[in-house]
Amino acid sequence: MLIPHPLLGPRDAQEFTYLGDAALIDRPDGLAADAAERFFDYGYLRDNPPGEHRELWFHEQGDRSWLVVTRNITTHEIVRVELARDVALARGRGR
Amino acid sequence: MAEALAPLTVFGKTEARLDRIGALSIAERPDIALASLAARRERLTSLEAAAPAVLGTALPGVSRVAGGTIRAFWTGPAQWLVEAPYDTHEDLAAVLKQNLGGDASITEQSDGWCAFDIEGDATIALLERLCAADTRAMTPGDVLRTTIEHMGCFLICEQAGHAFRLWTARSSALSLHHALTTVAAALP
Amino acid sequence: MSQTMRLAGGRIDRATTLSFAFDGRLYRGHPGDTLASALLANGVRLMGRSFKYHRPRGPLSAGSEEPNALVELRSGARREPNTRATVAELFEGLVATSQNRWPSLAVDALSVNDRLSSFLTAGFYYKTFMWPKAFWEKLYEPAIRRAAGLGRLSGEADPDVYDKGFLHCDLLVIGAGPAGLAAALTAGRAGARVILADEDFLPGGRLNAETITLDDAPARAWVEATLAELASLGNVRLMTRTTIYGAFDHGIFGALERVTDHLAQPRPGTPRQILWRIYAKRSLLCAGATERPIAFENNDRPGIMLAGALRAYANRWAVAAARDVAVFTNNDDGHRTARDLAAAGIRVAAVIDSREDAPDTPGVPLFRSAVVTGSRGRLGLKAITVRTAGGRTEEIACGALGVSGGWNPNLQLTCHQRGRPRWDDALATFVPVGGPSGLAVAGAAAGIFSTHGALRGGAAGARAALADLGIAASLPALPRAEDAPVRIAPLWQVKGKGRAWLDQQNDVTVKDVTLAHQENFRAIEHLKRYTTLGMATDQGKTANIPAIAVMAELTGKPIAEVGTTIYRPPYTPVSLGALAGRSRGAEFRPRRLTPSHHWAEGQGAVFVEVGNWMRAQWFPRPGETHWRQSVDREVLATRQAVGICDVTTLGKIDVQGTNAAAFLDRLYCNGMAKLAVGRVRYGLMLREDGMVKDDGTVARLAEDHFVVTTTTANAIAVFRHMEFCRQCLWPGLDVQLISTTDAWAQFSVAGPKSRALLERIVDPAFDLSNEAFPYMACGGVTVCGGLRARLFRISFSGELAYEIAVPARYGDGLIRALMAAGEDLGVTPYGTETLGVLRIEKGHPAGNELNGQTTAANLGLGKMVSSAKDAIGTVLSRREGLNGPDDIRLVGLKPLSPADVIVNGAHLMTEGSPVDAAHDQGWVTSSCHSPHVGHAIGLGFLKRGDRRTGEIVRVVNPLAGTDIRAQVVAPCFVDPEGVRLRG
Repeated sequence: MLIPHPLLGPRDAQEFTYLGDAALIDRPDGLAADAAERFFDYGYLRDNPPGEHRELWFHEQGDRSWLVVTRNITTHEIVRVELARDVALARGRGR
Repeated sequence: MAEALAPLTVFGKTEARLDRIGALSIAERPDIALASLAARRERLTSLEAAAPAVLGTALPGVSRVAGGTIRAFWTGPAQWLVEAPYDTHEDLAAVLKQNLGGDASITEQSDGWCAFDIEGDATIALLERLCAADTRAMTPGDVLRTTIEHMGCFLICEQAGHAFRLWTARSSALSLHHALTTVAAALP
Repeated sequence: MSQTMRLAGGRIDRATTLSFAFDGRLYRGHPGDTLASALLANGVRLMGRSFKYHRPRGPLSAGSEEPNALVELRSGARREPNTRATVAELFEGLVATSQNRWPSLAVDALSVNDRLSSFLTAGFYYKTFMWPKAFWEKLYEPAIRRAAGLGRLSGEADPDVYDKGFLHCDLLVIGAGPAGLAAALTAGRAGARVILADEDFLPGGRLNAETITLDDAPARAWVEATLAELASLGNVRLMTRTTIYGAFDHGIFGALERVTDHLAQPRPGTPRQILWRIYAKRSLLCAGATERPIAFENNDRPGIMLAGALRAYANRWAVAAARDVAVFTNNDDGHRTARDLAAAGIRVAAVIDSREDAPDTPGVPLFRSAVVTGSRGRLGLKAITVRTAGGRTEEIACGALGVSGGWNPNLQLTCHQRGRPRWDDALATFVPVGGPSGLAVAGAAAGIFSTHGALRGGAAGARAALADLGIAASLPALPRAEDAPVRIAPLWQVKGKGRAWLDQQNDVTVKDVTLAHQENFRAIEHLKRYTTLGMATDQGKTANIPAIAVMAELTGKPIAEVGTTIYRPPYTPVSLGALAGRSRGAEFRPRRLTPSHHWAEGQGAVFVEVGNWMRAQWFPRPGETHWRQSVDREVLATRQAVGICDVTTLGKIDVQGTNAAAFLDRLYCNGMAKLAVGRVRYGLMLREDGMVKDDGTVARLAEDHFVVTTTTANAIAVFRHMEFCRQCLWPGLDVQLISTTDAWAQFSVAGPKSRALLERIVDPAFDLSNEAFPYMACGGVTVCGGLRARLFRISFSGELAYEIAVPARYGDGLIRALMAAGEDLGVTPYGTETLGVLRIEKGHPAGNELNGQTTAANLGLGKMVSSAKDAIGTVLSRREGLNGPDDIRLVGLKPLSPADVIVNGAHLMTEGSPVDAAHDQGWVTSSCHSPHVGHAIGLGFLKRGDRRTGEIVRVVNPLAGTDIRAQVVAPCFVDPEGVRLRG
């Protein structure tokens, strides 16, 4: 596969390491009252839909950016690629 | 007091290695100091403003190299590696820290990496057997990170189609050198 | 007599004669020949035996689709089994041997299988060799393996090298026939970066095998002019002998270039083959088509070939497969073979055309509405039987029969991304639909079978592909060419009593397909697995479509509904050597060397691979004959004086930024926020699920500057994890990370005399006294007269110990300086074995204990998990399942009998309980002989281990049959109070 890196253009997927669902960005607050319940969901419950999937890839042999890659997992078509940092900031993880 | 220590190259020698294979030369460059530069959060603008005083030019953008005696190449978002002659800049990290330390995190990397300068008409033929980078399309001042036989490298184009600098991890530099020289010898 | 079957003309170089051997007999041929064409020229038709029935076989084809003519090429270590004689280029001194026969090709003992064929039908081994069960491994399988199969491996290491490579282009043109050449010319003239790849050594594709003209001149003239122009364009790369074997995602293709397969052996150092990975923005498949046979009784005799192959042998290689030939066809193309052969002076005994409206060929006897029903000739075709339109049976003597059941587009690459071809009734074949994005198809591969159509389609395809990329291209002036329509009436099999072959390589007959149908293996993928249809080295290129058609007839479904099996890479076989490239033997993976490597080599160190690192395992001294002697000595020297070990391999990550402390506090389960500048702390890192991920030290060099270490094995994974935390979880923190593992040569200096030694190396300005530089201190120092260095007072051994780091280029100098300075102190270098013994004696967990399935509590470090903060893994480390009453805890184990040995992996059992999983109490994770305590010791996990100190347990190793008794002790055998390391 070629992953169109938002800064570097198309790069071979061999340069990347895959982590999993982009929902891993949404780490719950460990000090919240219901932390145990929320971490259980965070750690173990994943949707596994056919079609488009948002996933985390690390450009290990490149610029060391974590990316959120929106990919159709049945056709491998890559619909959108974002810097995970931007996604995380947009989701309010700035502090 | 103990005697001063002797620096050695990755080959365990005091002199830099030079291989000439056919139309290619592959030269080890232990004479380049290296330091990493990473902008502190929300200090990129002031780092960019301060950098020209050190580099003589603006910090390079994505996948680019810029500078003179001290030159920087882009390695990631708001991150660079900075090269300078080792003889005069063994303290490169300290110099950078002095000038840019308020805006950036700086780490000595001179001995984390090892440079090989590859030059000759067969350079592209060599590199296309080793890495996925489209080296034929690279122009002077382009840089990218790629892998050669599983080893991560920075590849800087010095002269299109003819001369490249390869930075690789010091500990595996002998394996990389082995890959470079055996493939070079196998070129038609 | 030599080359008795050679005709005039052809694309061979008659000025040069090549000698070669087949089954020990010498023959002659010419450059331009394949092994098959040269053997045919010498009158040799019998080239192999079939897989199962050991039937005599000759070539069916003249190309890469060949199922039959498989030989062992070359000899000794270079012997390569299952080489297709039809694509093996002839070279001087070529040696080939037939395979799957004994004692000889003509007299083969196992041809008895052919008589037993009624027992050896599809699925026979599933049904026949079931009982008794034990016989399968010992008797049936070895016997079947001996009887079946093709060539033999040499069993020796491949002496050749294989390279890999990477290419980029705007347009990849796959196949250099008329469509591919026209496409490359169009794109090349437009200035695009073009790769034109062809599996053949002679570009031109089918134009090399035909007598057709282009602009009234022989096709060769246009081919050569086009090749010359392409060669003159710097932007076009013509790759012959290169098979595009796979189409992967997003325009990535796999290509195998056979660089020196056509030479007796590669020039020294040069690769035999190169496996290219091609990144193509657009691609055009111009791979042509493959002819398919018609099944009839005994249709597999040497001499029965595809009609187009017979024609190719005559036209391209100037070879007559026989003096008298016949042609059996269901389409007009078969008649072209008859015409060309007749023109070449070969007697065409008959053309048998199954169609009523078959065209006439002047001077050739034609049987309309007729079929071939059988053949005769034990080791080669002698005659065929024909059933005429009137139902009469007639025998026609001939040495070769050209069979044409129509042509199948070579569309395999369009299916590598799950594209499914469409059945075309008019063409009576599957044509490509869609395919990988960016790939288009032209010429015969697209079902456009005329030369005119191929030329125009290739040029138009290239122009469209480039237009997509924003590159304007104009269509070149293309020569006039034949534009015959496809006229075909499908005919798949001639029904009869005997066996009619579909897959000649795997010996799958119409009967086998019928049996599969009877037994309800009707889906095409089931048919494939049940009969092994199309599963041989040729992947059924000539077999699949006829077999699909036969199944369609049996099920009464249209072929379109039966569909094809899924074509997967590789298109033709790729050797394992090419896939491995240079990653074999010592070059299997990169080797990372420590800064003291050259020095350690000089000391005669024994090395061990740790990940990619080469580390000294121990340093034998003269007179030491067993590793334990060396290790015991190194351990005692460290505990009694001072030892030195290169620990550069530990991952070192530089962490800077105004929020670096806060970042580390969230990363490690124990507190880091309040670590003082100039101090080090042990850090325990959990995974989010609460298991221990890694451990190491965290040193604070400045308010905003830390350096953390990781275990050697986890360095890369930990860095990745830290970047994940930095970028994805806490992007608001001001923190920057970079690896400095290689930058610093780091040595552990351990033992009661370590301070004395370091005081001789560290410059006097730095006070190393216990007061000035206590346990867990760190800081920058200078050594040996001003060299910048870092000193950490940390201990893995339990002794007074330091780690000292200098820039890597000075590492060799530093170890030599330390050794020289410490000679009178008894300084001793030690390796990883001693490192292991020292840490087991001290009870420090390492990889064996940090195995990804253990928690901080399991390790006895539960109190380190701070509940006052939200760090990775804290919440889930508290979950119920990880905190049961029976949880395992790290314990020490001491054998009751000092002579007993404790073995890793042995299980712990309560005395008196049965030895089974239900009563399992834990297991031994680490063990060694401790020279310090004088007997074996162990670390292990034991249920409720923290409350069982003093208990006697059994240490059971059923594999080795050992069962010893050991006492549970605290996991620390050296200085439990920690007096030494603080001294």
